[in-house]
Amino acid sequence: MKIHEYQAKALMADRGIAVPMGRVATTVDEAVAAVRPLIEESGNPVVVVKSQIHAGGRGKGRFKEYPDVGGVSVVTEGISGGIEAVEARVRELASQMLGSTLVTIQTGEEGKQVNRLYIEQGIDIATELYLSVLLDRASSRNIVMASTEGGTEIEVVAAETPEKILKEEIDPAFGLLPFQARHIAYSLGFEGDAFKNGVRFLDALTKAAVELDTDLVEINPLVVTTDGKVMALDGKMAFDDSGLFRHPAVAELRDVSEEDAAELEAKEFDLSFIKLDGDIGCMVNGAGLAMATMDIIQTVGGEPANFLDVGGGAEKEQIAAAFKIITKDPNVKGIFVNIFGGIMRCDVIAAGVIAAVEEVGLTVPLVVRLEGTNVELGKQMLDESGLDLVSASDMKDGAQKILELTT
Amino acid sequence: MSVMIGKDTRVLVQGMGKTGRFHTDKAIAYGTNMVAAVHPSRAGQTEVFEGETDHSGVPDRADSYRVDLPIFRTVAVAVAETGANASVVYVPPPFAADAIMEAAEAGVPLIVCVTEGIPVADMVKAKRYLEDKDVRLVGPNCPGVITPKECKIGIMPGYIHTPGRIGVVSRSGTLTYEAVHQLTLNGLGQTTAIGIGGDPVNGTDFVDALTAFNDDPATEGVLMIGEIGGTAEEDAAAWITANMTKPVASFIAGTTAPPGKRMGHAGAIISGGKGTAAAKIEALEAAGVVMAPTPTDMGSAMMEAMNK
Repeated sequence: MKIHEYQAKALMADRGIAVPMGRVATTVDEAVAAVRPLIEESGNPVVVVKSQIHAGGRGKGRFKEYPDVGGVSVVTEGISGGIEAVEARVRELASQMLGSTLVTIQTGEEGKQVNRLYIEQGIDIATELYLSVLLDRASSRNIVMASTEGGTEIEVVAAETPEKILKEEIDPAFGLLPFQARHIAYSLGFEGDAFKNGVRFLDALTKAAVELDTDLVEINPLVVTTDGKVMALDGKMAFDDSGLFRHPAVAELRDVSEEDAAELEAKEFDLSFIKLDGDIGCMVNGAGLAMATMDIIQTVGGEPANFLDVGGGAEKEQIAAAFKIITKDPNVKGIFVNIFGGIMRCDVIAAGVIAAVEEVGLTVPLVVRLEGTNVELGKQMLDESGLDLVSASDMKDGAQKILELTT
Repeated sequence: MSVMIGKDTRVLVQGMGKTGRFHTDKAIAYGTNMVAAVHPSRAGQTEVFEGETDHSGVPDRADSYRVDLPIFRTVAVAVAETGANASVVYVPPPFAADAIMEAAEAGVPLIVCVTEGIPVADMVKAKRYLEDKDVRLVGPNCPGVITPKECKIGIMPGYIHTPGRIGVVSRSGTLTYEAVHQLTLNGLGQTTAIGIGGDPVNGTDFVDALTAFNDDPATEGVLMIGEIGGTAEEDAAAWITANMTKPVASFIAGTTAPPGKRMGHAGAIISGGKGTAAAKIEALEAAGVVMAPTPTDMGSAMMEAMNK
C-alpha cells in the first residue's frame, strides 16, 4: 500500500525523523491559510507547494491544463514581497493545481488528478543525497541504500554510476548497528553536526521502516541544511499489505481515490485483478497460470485486458463477481476462462461459470478451457447448459479460439 | 529415489483449522504417513480422519482408511513422541513464521509452509533464525512437495503426478499442475515436484532445488518454472552453467506483466527495471536451458532437453 508524502512525513515526524514543517490542503483557502504560520514558525520566507499523488517524478511533472506549472512549485515571492505576496502566489498556484491533472514520468500520459497539496516551509539546502530502506531479495534482509547523488532517480544512478551507491545490510536480529550508521554517514560526507544528526536520522529511519512493516522507505532527496540539520526533503513510504493488520492507523491512510476502482472491487471478493490495455479478458485460477495465460494470448497475436486470479478455492459468488468486473471494461471483446482444477474441481468451476453467465448475461464470446480434477463432468455441464460458449482443448487452443472470435 | 521426501517421511501438521484438516485428510488418502498434529490448546485429543483411499497415491492399500491423529502441545513433544521428520504448516499468516521457527528449534529437518500472506518482516526474521540450523524450509505461499506414489505434503492434487525421472521446481501452484500434466502426457514421470512458492522471502530457492536434483541419481532432467520478480532465475542460470550435469528445461511466466504491479504473488513484481521475464529468459538460454516459448510447450521443451 502506498501513502502520500505528507502522510509519510507525519509518520516520520512521530518517530523522531527530521522533516520540514508543512500543512496539507484540499482547498485553495486551506493552502493560503497554511502560508503565514509556516513562514512565522520557520522564519524562512520561502514556501513550496507540492502536489500529493501516488506517483514519483512530481518535480519534473507538468499539469495538462497548465503546462507552465510544475507538480512542485517553489514560491520565492516572499524574499522581497512579504507574506501577502506569498499568499497571493500560493492562491494562484493552488487554484491551478487542485483538480488539475499532473503528468509525470510515472503516471503515464493520462496523468493523475491532484486533490491534495502539501504546503511546506523552504529549506536552505547545502547538499542533496539519497537514502532508502528496502528488502534485498537476494539476502532476504532489509538494506539501507545511500548515495551522494540526491535528486536523481536511483535507477539512473544504478545504471550509470553504480559505484556511487552504498549498501548496508540490516541483520534482523540486531537492527542497523551504530558502526553501520557511522559508515553510511562518513560515506555521504557528513561532518560535524551533520554527522551526528545523520547517524541519529539513520537509526530512527531504519527502526521506523522495520517497525511499520514497510516495503520501501525512500528519501530523495535527503538534505543537509546550511546549519547542519539532516532532513527528509521528500519522503516516500510503501507498506507490505500482509503486515497492515498490525498497523490499523497506517491502514487508515489508504487513499482509495488513487487506486483503480475495478482492482478495489476485485479485492472485496478476494480476487487478484489488474487492469491491462488489451481487449481479451481472462479469468484463471492461480497467479502463475494467470500470468502464463496473458503471455499466451500475446503469443498468438492478441492483447490481454487484465490479470485475474480467482484463487484456489473460489466459490460461485466470486466467479460471478469476476465476470462482472471483466465485462465492465468496455474494451473487452471476448473472455478466456482458463482453469486447471486441482483441489478446486472443474464441475464447481463449470457451475460457477454457468451461474455467473445466467446472472450477469454474456454479450461477448466466451472460450473455456478446463483441465484437472473432474474435468469430464465439468465439460459435460458446460455442454448441457446450452450456453453459447466454445470449449478449448489446451491453453494455446483457447487463446487462438478467443482471438479468432474477437477479430 | 527422490529428493526431500519419500516412503520414510513422517509428517506432522501445524495448524488444524479448516484448511489444515482438509489437506491432511487428502494427504492421508494419498498415503502420506501423517503422524501428529500440533495445537496449543487441543493437546491430548485426537483428530480422526476416515475416508476412501486415493489409489493414485501409495500403492497396495485397502480401499478405506481411518487415522486417529494425536495432537500435541508443542512441536518438540510431537517429534519426541512420534519421530516426525517433516512438518507442514497451515497456520494463519500472523502466526505462521513463529510456527516455522518452532519446528526448526525442535529439529524438524524439513518444514513445508503452505500459508499465504505472511508479513515479509516475519519471514526475514524466520529466515535469520533458520540460518545456523540444519533445516530445509520450502515455501511459504507454496503448494508443497510431492514424490509421486510415496508422499504428498501440501495442497497439490496427487493424481496428476506420475513416478518417473524428471524433477520439477516452480514458484507457482496451478502452473506447476499444468507442467506436471504436460510431462505426464509426454510420458515423462516425476521424481519429485517442489513448489518453492511465490513470496519474495522464501526458504528453498531454485539453486537449492537444482542442487538436490543434480545429486539425486533417479532424476535425469529438471523442469524449472519461474516468473517475474527478483533474480532467483538468474542465480539459477549461473549455477546451472557452473554445476548442472543434467538437462534443464524452463518456462518463465509474466512476459506481458506491466512493471510496478504485483501479479498475484507477493514476489511477482518488476521493480526498478529488475526482475523482467526477458532478462530471466536471456540468462537461462545463455546457460543452455531449453526454454518453452509458451506455457503449452513445457512438456515438449522437457522432451527436447532430454533428447539433446
